[in-house]
Amino acid sequence: MTASGIFAIFLVVLALVACGWPLGGYIYRTFAGERTWTDAVAVPVERAIYRLIGVNPDVEMDWKAYLRAMMVSNLVMALFAYAVFRLQAVLPLNPAHIPAMPPYLAFNTAASFITNTNWQNYAGEQSLSYLSQMIGITFLQFTSAATGLAAAMAFLRGMSRQKTDALGNFWVDLVRAHTRLLLPIAAILAVLLLALGVPETLSGPAVVHTLSGSMQTIARGPVATLEAIKQLGTNGGGFFNANSAHPFEDPNAWTCILEIMGMGLIPTALVFTAGYFLRSRRLAIVLCTLLGAILLAGAYLVYAYEAAGNPILAHALGLHGPNMEGKEVRFGLPLTSLFVAATTAYTTGAVNAMHDSLMPMSGMVPLLFMMFNLIFGGKGVGLLNILMFLIIAVFISGLMVGRTPEIFGKKIEAREMKLATAAMLVHPFVILVPTAIAMALPSARASMGNPGLHGFTEVLYAFTSAAANNGSAFAGLNGNTPFYNISIGLVMLFGRYVSIIAMLAIAGSLAGKARIPETSGTLKVDTFAFGYVFVAVFVIVGALTFFPYLALGPIGEQLQLG
Amino acid sequence: MARKGSFDRALVLRACVDSFVKLDPRVLVRNPVMFVVEIGMLVTLALTFDPSLFGSAVRPGGAAGARGYDLVVTIILLVTLLFGNFAEALAEGRGKAQAESLRRTKTELMANVLRDGRYERIPASDLRKGDVVKVVAGELIPADGDVVEGIGSVDESAITGESAPVIRGAGGDFSSVTGGTKLLSDELVIRVTANPGETFLDRMIALVEGASRQKTPNEIALSVLLAGLTLIFLIVIDCLPPIAKGLGAHIDVATLVALLVCLIPTTIGALLSAIGIAGMDRVIRFNVIAKSGKAVEAAGDVDTLILDKTGTITIGNRLASAFLPVQGVDERALAEKAALCSLFDETPEGRSVVDLARQMGLTFRREDYADARNVEFSADTRMSGLDLPDGTRLRKGAADAIKRYVAEQGGDLPGDLDAVVERVAKEGGTPLVVAENQRLYGVIYLKDIVKPGIRERFEELRKMGIRTIMCTGDNPMTAATIAREAGVDEFVAEAKPEDKMRLIRREQEQGRLVAMSGDGTNDAPALAQADVGLAMQSGTQAAKEAANMVDLDSDPTKLIEVVAIGKQLLITRGAITTFSIANDVAKHFAIIPAMFTSFLPALGALNVMHLTSPRSAILSALIFNAIIIPLLIPLAMRGVKYRPTTAMQMLMRNLLLYGVGGVIAPFVGIKMIDIILHALGAV
Repeated sequence: MTASGIFAIFLVVLALVACGWPLGGYIYRTFAGERTWTDAVAVPVERAIYRLIGVNPDVEMDWKAYLRAMMVSNLVMALFAYAVFRLQAVLPLNPAHIPAMPPYLAFNTAASFITNTNWQNYAGEQSLSYLSQMIGITFLQFTSAATGLAAAMAFLRGMSRQKTDALGNFWVDLVRAHTRLLLPIAAILAVLLLALGVPETLSGPAVVHTLSGSMQTIARGPVATLEAIKQLGTNGGGFFNANSAHPFEDPNAWTCILEIMGMGLIPTALVFTAGYFLRSRRLAIVLCTLLGAILLAGAYLVYAYEAAGNPILAHALGLHGPNMEGKEVRFGLPLTSLFVAATTAYTTGAVNAMHDSLMPMSGMVPLLFMMFNLIFGGKGVGLLNILMFLIIAVFISGLMVGRTPEIFGKKIEAREMKLATAAMLVHPFVILVPTAIAMALPSARASMGNPGLHGFTEVLYAFTSAAANNGSAFAGLNGNTPFYNISIGLVMLFGRYVSIIAMLAIAGSLAGKARIPETSGTLKVDTFAFGYVFVAVFVIVGALTFFPYLALGPIGEQLQLG
Repeated sequence: MARKGSFDRALVLRACVDSFVKLDPRVLVRNPVMFVVEIGMLVTLALTFDPSLFGSAVRPGGAAGARGYDLVVTIILLVTLLFGNFAEALAEGRGKAQAESLRRTKTELMANVLRDGRYERIPASDLRKGDVVKVVAGELIPADGDVVEGIGSVDESAITGESAPVIRGAGGDFSSVTGGTKLLSDELVIRVTANPGETFLDRMIALVEGASRQKTPNEIALSVLLAGLTLIFLIVIDCLPPIAKGLGAHIDVATLVALLVCLIPTTIGALLSAIGIAGMDRVIRFNVIAKSGKAVEAAGDVDTLILDKTGTITIGNRLASAFLPVQGVDERALAEKAALCSLFDETPEGRSVVDLARQMGLTFRREDYADARNVEFSADTRMSGLDLPDGTRLRKGAADAIKRYVAEQGGDLPGDLDAVVERVAKEGGTPLVVAENQRLYGVIYLKDIVKPGIRERFEELRKMGIRTIMCTGDNPMTAATIAREAGVDEFVAEAKPEDKMRLIRREQEQGRLVAMSGDGTNDAPALAQADVGLAMQSGTQAAKEAANMVDLDSDPTKLIEVVAIGKQLLITRGAITTFSIANDVAKHFAIIPAMFTSFLPALGALNVMHLTSPRSAILSALIFNAIIIPLLIPLAMRGVKYRPTTAMQMLMRNLLLYGVGGVIAPFVGIKMIDIILHALGAV
């Protein structure tokens, strides 16, 4: 580890927070219906869209209607993507003549992109036509991010309003997420990436004569546009199999920083948006500080273990120095370490290094971040998880001030606890049960790239990544089998929708409650004192549950290395 | 009814027996956490009979003594269950004993009921609402009712524990009587107001017995969370064997059960209902009857207290606080005259005048005035005083009455009198003017005395975020003075009963929870509207019906204590939950390395407590998990120590104690148990 490396990591995280704050305010104004500077351009476009799809933007929905609209739209989009993948062979824009995707894989891929997971059991350049990349993948990368964002906005409205059942209009939120946020920022990001060397073309693969005289086919395509939303929407599904380690997706250190900023921007901003909605800047500062510190700690842990290198190599061969296996020299250790931590903290899932090749303890950082699923977290859903654990932490510690626990003036009662518990329960459930099944099935075990503890970590990582809707792969595991295609597909669906449904139901019930005025007898959620409780609760309740499995996986492996 | 009662020998013995009765799965299933422990125990019990029931008979530390290990685990689990049951039984015990004595009272009751113009003797259990009964001195009153005829003194000690008799009579706010209390004098005719099974006594029996005890809303919410956590750990444990097997490791079922029981929140699971029952019991021992646990819980949430001035904030009597002479009169002279005319005045006001004069160094002896004639106060003259044998007539009374009296005798009215009188009134006091024959001396300043310590109480309440609002029939000036002196946040002067109702509605509309106390029939609607209504036992039946709590001592100030008990109940629940969850950290570090040690020796590095052997590690964690329950029973019964401070100070304090303490304690405890086990050669 070098001082400049440590400083570089800190600087990038600081830049994220610095950009997130004003953006958070802008997102708040956009979704609270206040005036913003984008109104002049966006309002006419939005009006046209509402007229086109026949939506009255002034009609608000209760939580059930909001949820229904969300689920129906998601189902339709998923089916559409599935159809595109299955029919891509006969559809246009297929210069490489890629055949149709097989059914299980197409299910997995559709589930993966509708849930903002972007788990890829395929190699993009070999399995998807340009059309599939554009109207299947890139399309869902926008809409799934927008869906998560909409759910978070509905929740914040529910929490900040009182004695109402209105949570906003899903269609309006979905449209605005695009027109006000994702499209403009993605466009800027794409141009920047383009300028820094990322290709963008609709021509087929380039066939070139190499210096040694042989022929080489170089895959290319509309990369820059996909890359922009891949990062911005915390999607992570790359154009190429090698994802952000591929020189066309992420050519240099500057694009690497840009991509880290891209994935962290909106989730960080949303913490501030929550602060604006709940009229508490302190809440945003507390959460941002604590979560930012955990993100930094994770990045430094990876950095430290990678910089220390592999003790076995040191003992057996006398080879000292950092562990560079599976890393790109053009990024260097600090940026790689931060990317590893950030891509799982923000549950993006893009990778610029092989996580499989990380030292076991550094490999545990992304695993742990996905088990937390709320170190800022994915677009919208990360905030929902933060709020879910805030509710649970408030419930446990709120009792200790001698009042029925309340969060921002809303009482937490049996109904909220039932729903929050269900949302909390689903995460370990969809990680552990399929992992256990996979480990019990010889056919599923055969997919492991390595024997023993490392192989187990690969399986655990796969399902954790799916459950957290992250999509990054530990690699090593061959996921393109019917078992993994189906199981991972289902895990992604349950991992996303169960908690969204539960949280929207909570939002509905909180919106209906009257707000209790704050007094000195009220537990203040927006303080560092409570912030520590929040961290303790999600660490003990949310992650310590996985301790036996981490012991069998990365911890045991690291200890074995000596 | 001191604390000693809670560990009474007979109660403990009975609780021990009940602990076994409660092992019945049909009973235990209501508590999901402990039910899981019971299932676990049955599994390990089966393993004790056949150690290779689920395959291998290898246990941590080798195959030797598998059966012994399983047996020990089974026994510890059984003890864990018994500890939990014991806590609940102990909490219930006191109530049960009390209920039995109440029930005995009830069965003995007979009634003289009016039927067709004649009184017949029937068992009290046949009485219906609307029946009219006659009770004579020495009899027990057969049912709840309103006195319609007569007046008499009643011994209510059976219900209130207060031995001083109280007066009950027809009409007014003291007409309600309670079944089971004893008429000491005279005769009462009573109209019954409650059907059998609905009487105060019935409700009290149900309450103390816990028969009608329903889980309170917060308890339900907490149970949901605990069940959720239990389910998570069930998943965690159930998924371990296939994964371990896939890796070539073996985990035996008894150890898995041990890990499961250690991780699920058994501490709070075992103590949860005991905390609730003990909380209710604390209220009862405080001589307040809460009609439901929900009301006690709501008391903890109260944001606004509405208090009557008289009897709650002030002691109810006005006392002399200063002598204000008119021009040309010496203060001592005024004091002397004032004291003299109050010498035989037995009212608190009168006595306070004499006391104040004595404090100024004046001495009076009644014997010296044995031949004087005391003139009692009458509504007619609005004066009282003393007529001395030498013809001197001393008078004190309302300003206009004395003024007239002096004027009638041809005396002069001092020019500054009106100014003094007005000043006293302005400051919220009551002016009493003193005169001797035709000469006017000055004014006694009678002041409403705020109860000692009440200001500090309100200060504490304010820290807890609770606002106090004073209601009084006084004029705004007087009210303002008392309000300032007592330190209430707000006051309503010249309040009528409807004003109270409006006040409660206003506060509730702003999202606040309101508590109030009251006794009169016209308080009833407000008591019903308030979230926590505390009626006085001395009050009317209507008020008692409308309130959700009744104070048997008829002390309206108790509202403040009830709030504290409600808070303490929630704090205790939260503290033990936090402690229980925080405990998991150490348990993981004890059991996980032990469990995988044969498969992955390198994991021994996680054995940070350096526990002697895998078997000892697991058993130590399990034993700690069991004995922490009885260790916390006193805390659960007594409630966490509660000092009124702001929420954040309270949070920090309890977090340090039960959160951080909860992380550290098991590290120490498990290590100690390990050392002891090792020293005993048990493992």
